[in-house]
Amino acid sequence: MLSYLIRRVAWLVGSLFVAGSAVFFLLRVLPGDPAVTLLAVGSSPDQIDAIRHQLGTDRPVLAQYGHWLGDLVTGNLGDSLFTQMPVLDQIAGRLPVTVPLALSAFVLSIVVAVPIGVFAAVRRRGLLGVAVSTLAQVGIAVPIFWVGIVVVWLVAVQWRALPPGGFPRTGWQDPQAALQSLVLPVATLTIAQGAVLVRYVRSATLDVLSQEYVRTARSLGYSLPRALWRHGPRSGAATVVQILGILLASSLLGTVVIESVFALPGLGSLLLTSVKARDLPIVQGTVFLMTATVLVVGLAVDVVQRLVDPRLRGSA
Amino acid sequence: MSTPLVEAVETIAAPDTPARPRRGWRSPSFVLGAAMLLAVLALALVSLVWSPYGLDHTDPAARLADPSARHWAGTDRLGRDQFTQLMLGARTAVGIGLASVAVAFIIGVPLGLLAATAGRFLENTVVGVIDIVIAFPTLLLAMLLVTVYGASTAVAISAIGIGVSAEVARLTRISASRVFTQDYVLAARTCGTGPLMILVRHVLANIWHTLLVQATLAFGVAVIAEASLSYLGLGTPPPAPSWGRMLQEAQSTVSVAPWNVLLPGLAVAVTVVGVNLLGDGLREVLDPQLRQERQAAHR
Repeated sequence: MLSYLIRRVAWLVGSLFVAGSAVFFLLRVLPGDPAVTLLAVGSSPDQIDAIRHQLGTDRPVLAQYGHWLGDLVTGNLGDSLFTQMPVLDQIAGRLPVTVPLALSAFVLSIVVAVPIGVFAAVRRRGLLGVAVSTLAQVGIAVPIFWVGIVVVWLVAVQWRALPPGGFPRTGWQDPQAALQSLVLPVATLTIAQGAVLVRYVRSATLDVLSQEYVRTARSLGYSLPRALWRHGPRSGAATVVQILGILLASSLLGTVVIESVFALPGLGSLLLTSVKARDLPIVQGTVFLMTATVLVVGLAVDVVQRLVDPRLRGSA
Repeated sequence: MSTPLVEAVETIAAPDTPARPRRGWRSPSFVLGAAMLLAVLALALVSLVWSPYGLDHTDPAARLADPSARHWAGTDRLGRDQFTQLMLGARTAVGIGLASVAVAFIIGVPLGLLAATAGRFLENTVVGVIDIVIAFPTLLLAMLLVTVYGASTAVAISAIGIGVSAEVARLTRISASRVFTQDYVLAARTCGTGPLMILVRHVLANIWHTLLVQATLAFGVAVIAEASLSYLGLGTPPPAPSWGRMLQEAQSTVSVAPWNVLLPGLAVAVTVVGVNLLGDGLREVLDPQLRQERQAAHR
């Protein structure tokens, strides 16, 4: 297990390095000079040179790359081109919106979707079971932002119960207002993630249902729910962990679109505005951080899978 | 966005009908899926030769109108006919969807075959790259490319295509490796059949149906991705209409003209549900092994 862990962490560091380098070089092929776009028309060549020097774009790409790597190791992601603020500070400032949004949608979608998915599998021939599966099928097919717009229309505009978007300027100093402004985004993300999860859980349960040990347990007098409860979680655990990993990653990414629908000042909207403004250091830092999170979640998934499923331990 | 492709293949079960379920070309999921997809394709194709109004035509007297005989799907806040926009949006969605799937397969299939045929080192390298690309979400890739090149149709196609290609490569490698372990491949090798011939006659012949199903599902993923990118303002730039941008523009007027939000959403849903159902049906028809398993499971 230890040697596996070491190998796996080494692989993670390697992928982080590759992903980070890919992001760096992808952004460096940028046609056009960020120094020129930063300055007003008619700036003197001296001014442009000064800005270039300040941005470090006057040095060779490889030198910039080395500099960036060195900074990265020490946890420095550079400064924004426009506000000159450290990228890391800007990202940190957005986390109080994005992290609660992603995590609560992640947890809620599990709470909601797992029972529904199991139900849909057990009652797969029943009217309600078919209805649930169909609904999940449709839920996957509609874009998440469409769900958001409709939720805003029904709840915020018609019913006027909750704010249709935005986040209090003071942040979490006014917990009630902050919570209220997150209710609809979380609900939207939960619906979208839940639809995906329902189908995973349904097919995983169907899988367990067809196993011989469930039939054996039934023949021993266990009721179906008890047989499922006794054998389902353990035998399906590896799959479930994998699905949860995917779900966590997609919850994080879903925030990019959700924050746009609800005008929330989170990580996703920081990324989107920076993309449109071509603020390289922020795009680079945010994308790297998000990719790193996805990779770390993947590592955690692999490790937990081995812990819960002894059958996986033999393989490399 | 790119991860759940193959899992989706496994999860979509054909509707379980109590009596002897009809299979093959006449299975309900196949027929329904094909009908939904054909409707969207028809919209896109007809828009090439005819649409109710021109793209730039505005009707200032009828802004945010409800659906009527004059404007079948109503109008937006500029008085543009929404049915025209929906038709042209279908063309964008289908075009970008097909192009992205093509890019994904042109990259993914050779890469997967390479990994399956090559030595251990190359295989591990390719698998490593695939894993990283899979971890690297399509949306983020699109955002990087847009930062560099600005929003355009080509960027959207490349980003979606590369994002989906990782999944295609993974599936190709797994399916091809499975074929390579078969006795008939060994037999062919013993007979002196060249590697290229084995690849075409045995490997591709045995995995093309898996890839075709994957292509239909990937098309659905691409259509949603295209809509998301245009919604965020990172997709096909105006004036080319797109369902995603229609939704973005209609968001602020949803209380006055809910149709403008409901119909483009419905268009995306019909396309994607149709494609998924079609993929299910195709899998039933094309994969004899799966059919036998299903029949065994039903006994």
